[in-house]
Amino acid sequence: MLLDRSRTGRSGRRDRDDPIVNRWALLAVPPIAFLVAFFLIPLIVVSLRSVTDFPRPAGDALANYGRFFDSAANVRVLGNTFWVAALSTVVCLALGYPYAYLMNIVRPRLAGLLLIAVLLPFWSSLLVRTYAWQVILRDTGIINTFLLDMRLIDEPIPLIRTTLGVMLGMSQILLPFMVLPIYAVMRRIDPEYTRAAANLGAPPFAAFRRVFLPLSLPGVLAGSLLVFVLALGFYITPALLGSPKDTMISQFIASAVQQRLDWGIGSTMAVILMGLTLTVLFVASRFIRLRDVFGSFEES
Amino acid sequence: MTTAGRPIDGSSERLDRPALVLRGLEKSFGDVPAVDGVDLEVRQGEFITLLGPSGSGKTTTLRMIAGFTRQSAGTIEIDGADMSQVPPYRRDVGMIFQNYALFPHMTAAENIAFPLEMRRASRSEIRRRVAEALALVKLEGFGGRYPRQLSGGQQQRIAFARAVVFHPRLLLMDEPLGALDKKLREALQLEVMHISRQLGATVIYVTHDQEEALVMSDRIAIFNRGRIEQLGRGEDLYDRPVSLFVADFIGDSNILRGWFERDGDGGWLVRDASRWRVGAAATARAALDGDRAAALVVRPERLRIVDPGDAGAAAAGANTVEASVRDVLYLGSIRKYELTLPDEQTATVRQQVGGNERVWQPGARVRLTWAVDDEVLVSDPGGRPSRPGDVPTAPLA
Repeated sequence: MLLDRSRTGRSGRRDRDDPIVNRWALLAVPPIAFLVAFFLIPLIVVSLRSVTDFPRPAGDALANYGRFFDSAANVRVLGNTFWVAALSTVVCLALGYPYAYLMNIVRPRLAGLLLIAVLLPFWSSLLVRTYAWQVILRDTGIINTFLLDMRLIDEPIPLIRTTLGVMLGMSQILLPFMVLPIYAVMRRIDPEYTRAAANLGAPPFAAFRRVFLPLSLPGVLAGSLLVFVLALGFYITPALLGSPKDTMISQFIASAVQQRLDWGIGSTMAVILMGLTLTVLFVASRFIRLRDVFGSFEES
Repeated sequence: MTTAGRPIDGSSERLDRPALVLRGLEKSFGDVPAVDGVDLEVRQGEFITLLGPSGSGKTTTLRMIAGFTRQSAGTIEIDGADMSQVPPYRRDVGMIFQNYALFPHMTAAENIAFPLEMRRASRSEIRRRVAEALALVKLEGFGGRYPRQLSGGQQQRIAFARAVVFHPRLLLMDEPLGALDKKLREALQLEVMHISRQLGATVIYVTHDQEEALVMSDRIAIFNRGRIEQLGRGEDLYDRPVSLFVADFIGDSNILRGWFERDGDGGWLVRDASRWRVGAAATARAALDGDRAAALVVRPERLRIVDPGDAGAAAAGANTVEASVRDVLYLGSIRKYELTLPDEQTATVRQQVGGNERVWQPGARVRLTWAVDDEVLVSDPGGRPSRPGDVPTAPLA
């Protein structure tokens, strides 16, 4: 009797708990509506404008794309965009991997401080930080003034308006996106593996190269992908710290839309950049699980 | 510096040398001593188990032998060489970790090849020895699998193969069977023991499972509070425990606590109105002076239940105590009685099931009897602070 009653009781509750649509799912409606209205629809509009908006009558829908690839300058800027993004990824990796490794081996309290240090750039405006770099790097900036006063150099060394300047500005902003995924993966590596390697005769560097490094590679791939994809869309930093040589595609898009009011070619460039970015993600997804890159590090 | 080619059996000179010597080994974490003065000498080819409750210092001792933890004091000598300051990768000891620590990004064969590669063995030798090691653990054909594609028992075997493939001077095992279910554990106990013997390996095995320790070991070191409380063969520990802790930890024990008084070669254990004879042999072994808190230990299979009315049932000179039957547990080949003694202490008796024995029912008033030769006297540090009668009787544990 008792058993029966408890069974009906439980199934009764289950009936209420498992409607066809979980009612908590309703909470997702506002964000979905927001994304559709302010992200999906504009995206569709932009894509459409790339094949419908022409400055002068043109016969074929892909005329804007033809126009884009006809210009050597456009193709060069597109290539440069990928080059700068790749370079920032390498710089971030070179700085971020040792940093994450350090965070992983120090005491938790110190690791927390290191985490705050790497997150600090997040808490100040990108524009302010980029102008700050200008103050530091320009010919009359802190570094050059100091070196001149010390009579170490006779004339200012070019720091601003160089690829070096762009790299400094971009890697500072992008570093957390490299450090955090690597650190998350490193933390999951059981320290017993390194001990086992030592026990089996591996000196510290061999243990690192043969065991720890391969196990941390998913974090390296995730961080690199994240940094690379984010770097592709950079706009303000290369504009303020770079030379015309360092121009990136986003700057071209901005000038097309804002100065020339040429929405057609602007949209075309946006679609091309998005297409290439998705291609990168698609190729990367052959090697890593994108789920690991964009959040949910704690599971699995 | 390759040691990979060292013969397993070794020279006779090597056999004379102890495989491992620990002297005054200590380790404290902050102010807390985890290992508090451990001395141990292990012969070549011996299977030694460090047995004790969690936190008794056995795993810390093992990790100091492996070199993962630096000792606070004392020395570690492996195969005649002082290893106290040598980093783990030059100690040449194999270890099987509790969770196996198989490298997840390498196949089983790559895992086993790893220590050989670190010793710069040639490619053909690596191939040959990996195949041998896989055959040893009966996992030929599994070399290409990744650890996650293997069952717990198979992972355990690969970990074993990886730890022995380079013929280490010592084989350390940290509760290697703890994660497996009972049946598999029992099968692997025998297998680990047989393969270790076959290889002539010297094994230091850590466990908190006393049955496992009794099955596998040549000698057992009982750890308690960072020290070795007793070191000996399983039989020694079972039949002649040196302390209440060992008696309680190894096997089931009936413990009668009281006050020990010397009388000639032997003595008496006194509690309230009861007194039990302590034989000369037990008294000599315990090396106890008279007039102190002590306990008698009697194993459950050495106790006999007799009818309290039958005066002749207990042999002359045997000790007896009144009891009442609380539970009777039928376990197939034996029957286990749980009894209550007059002062709320309990006793356990094991009776062989034969068909002719007398079966007692719960509630029966009975008498327990045992031969003086079957009891062990140990000191009872937690016992009464003084002679009974001087202070009101404190409740016994």
